[in-house]
Amino acid sequence: MTVHLPVLQVVIPLLAAPLCALVRHGRIAWGIALATSWASFWIAVQLLRRVQAEGPISYALGGWAAPIGIEYRIDLVNAFVLIIVTAIGAVVIPYALKSVEQEIDAAKIPLFYAAFILCLTGLLGITVTGDVFNVFVFLEVSSLSAYALIGLGQDRRALTAAYQYLILGSIGATFIVIGIGMMYVMTGTLNMMDLSVLLAELGPNRTIAVAFGFLTVGISLKLALFPLHSWLPNAYTYAPSAVTAFIASTATKVAVYMLLRFFFTVFGWAFSFDVMQLDLVLLPLALIAIFSMSLVAIFQTNVKRMLAYSSVAQIGYIILGISMASVTGLTAGILHLFNHAMIKGALFMVLGCVMYRVGSVEIEAMRGLAKKMPWTMAAFVAGGFSLIGLPFTVGFISKWYLILGALERDGWQWWLVVGLVLTTSLMAVVYIWRVVEAAYFQDAPDEVGEPIREAPLAMLIPTWTLILANFYFGIDATFTSEVAGSAARALMGIAP
Amino acid sequence: MNVLGLVNYWAFIFLMMVGFYILISQGNLIKKIVGLSVFQTSVFILYISMGKIRGGTAPILMEGDPVYSNPLPHVLILTAIVVGVATTALGLSLVVRIHEAYGTVEEDEIHDLDVAEAE
Repeated sequence: MTVHLPVLQVVIPLLAAPLCALVRHGRIAWGIALATSWASFWIAVQLLRRVQAEGPISYALGGWAAPIGIEYRIDLVNAFVLIIVTAIGAVVIPYALKSVEQEIDAAKIPLFYAAFILCLTGLLGITVTGDVFNVFVFLEVSSLSAYALIGLGQDRRALTAAYQYLILGSIGATFIVIGIGMMYVMTGTLNMMDLSVLLAELGPNRTIAVAFGFLTVGISLKLALFPLHSWLPNAYTYAPSAVTAFIASTATKVAVYMLLRFFFTVFGWAFSFDVMQLDLVLLPLALIAIFSMSLVAIFQTNVKRMLAYSSVAQIGYIILGISMASVTGLTAGILHLFNHAMIKGALFMVLGCVMYRVGSVEIEAMRGLAKKMPWTMAAFVAGGFSLIGLPFTVGFISKWYLILGALERDGWQWWLVVGLVLTTSLMAVVYIWRVVEAAYFQDAPDEVGEPIREAPLAMLIPTWTLILANFYFGIDATFTSEVAGSAARALMGIAP
Repeated sequence: MNVLGLVNYWAFIFLMMVGFYILISQGNLIKKIVGLSVFQTSVFILYISMGKIRGGTAPILMEGDPVYSNPLPHVLILTAIVVGVATTALGLSLVVRIHEAYGTVEEDEIHDLDVAEAE
């Protein structure tokens, strides 16, 4: 049984998804989704423990050994990402029950959970596999279900947002297939480990350089790196609340994982950063993303859209860490992958609570809300602290490592990077404060209809679970920083 | 270097660019899906071409040691075709829903309606 955990990680949700669609009853479908997400989380924890104890796990699908068969390969990096994805899934599904019952037609709820679990399947599949074409297949599984989920939003603009995401996402995925095809032409293999050996033997080569370019653009589209982020704000703003909380904290993170896997494991970091000089592309884009998107976030009136722009900026932090191509920088990137998932998951869940009671997430509508929904708004403030990066929150840990990574490098320009990270943290104070000010220091608008009450416990408990996790891992960062540090060393090919 | 021998690859590049251009230039949502399909289909040609070996036969069990084409890219493309069908179907169904909600499938008209609603 435990031997098959790597494949069960994907197979269980894959089988649960059609089951959800078949039962045709909202609550039963939710029960199946809940059991699946918790089982996935349990498996992910077991896998991480095994990887920590015994080193990388290799699982040959159907008994066909790599490189002929598909290999599922789990090392510290993807074991950590599996934890992120399944943990967010396990928290968002209990939360989704109430939120989804209000936001989505009763007839569509079983299908909603089917798509949700399929999205989870795809994300887990990308993370767990050691075969590059398999990555593409699971990428499409997760993306197609994500487009459908986003299209279920109440506002009609959700449809155009989903459509735009579909077009751009498909372009990105096609670019990735072209890149994979070119690597296959040159090496005749699709297995990542095999590819890394054969590509290193092959040396620099024009076809591989082109493949590298296609993969860079394709993956950057998926992870919403600065100029390729245009699909993200609308998709996050108009998607149903539970979907935003899930996708915002997992989909882009898994895309970042793909970036790490391709550029560090498959191509090797020496090729990516010394020969192709990827850092010259990633670093400026990351810095522009951090600054410009934080600035744009300040001027939003819709809080969901504000946090969506902030997400693009936060992805910039992750990419900034990666583009340092040092162990500390990479640790910062991987840490922020985990931390940002918790921060944004929690904040979007708070907004789901607001949506549930108030029916709007405009700053205008949130005036004076702290009196009526004290726990919800307290969660927003706590999550906001973490986003800003105050001490004792996970946001602080990420920024600490990021600044350490920048200070390790020589040259005055790295001082500018440090300055920028600190400045944009202050910009986060500004946009979080706008909401806090409205909720705590302004008078509530005159109420029409029934008075607004605190959000139901079924939504508050998952939200606060994530908020408390923000503080727990902010105070005791030993676990996360150790795993992220060893994962970074493994990616750089340095013995732990 | 013979240009004719690489005709499949030229076709790939041509189709890819045509699809990509339609995607960018057209404002009609259905035409965009057409462009996307052409763009995705072009990749199929790339994969199928690379599996071909001159004089190679189909990869079936035969006496002796025949030269055969690599079947793996074909199998991969079968998967990619399914993905392409799913993408097109989902895209078109979104267009149907957009048409129900907005009464148009022209991008600029939808944009105008959204702007009008926001004011």
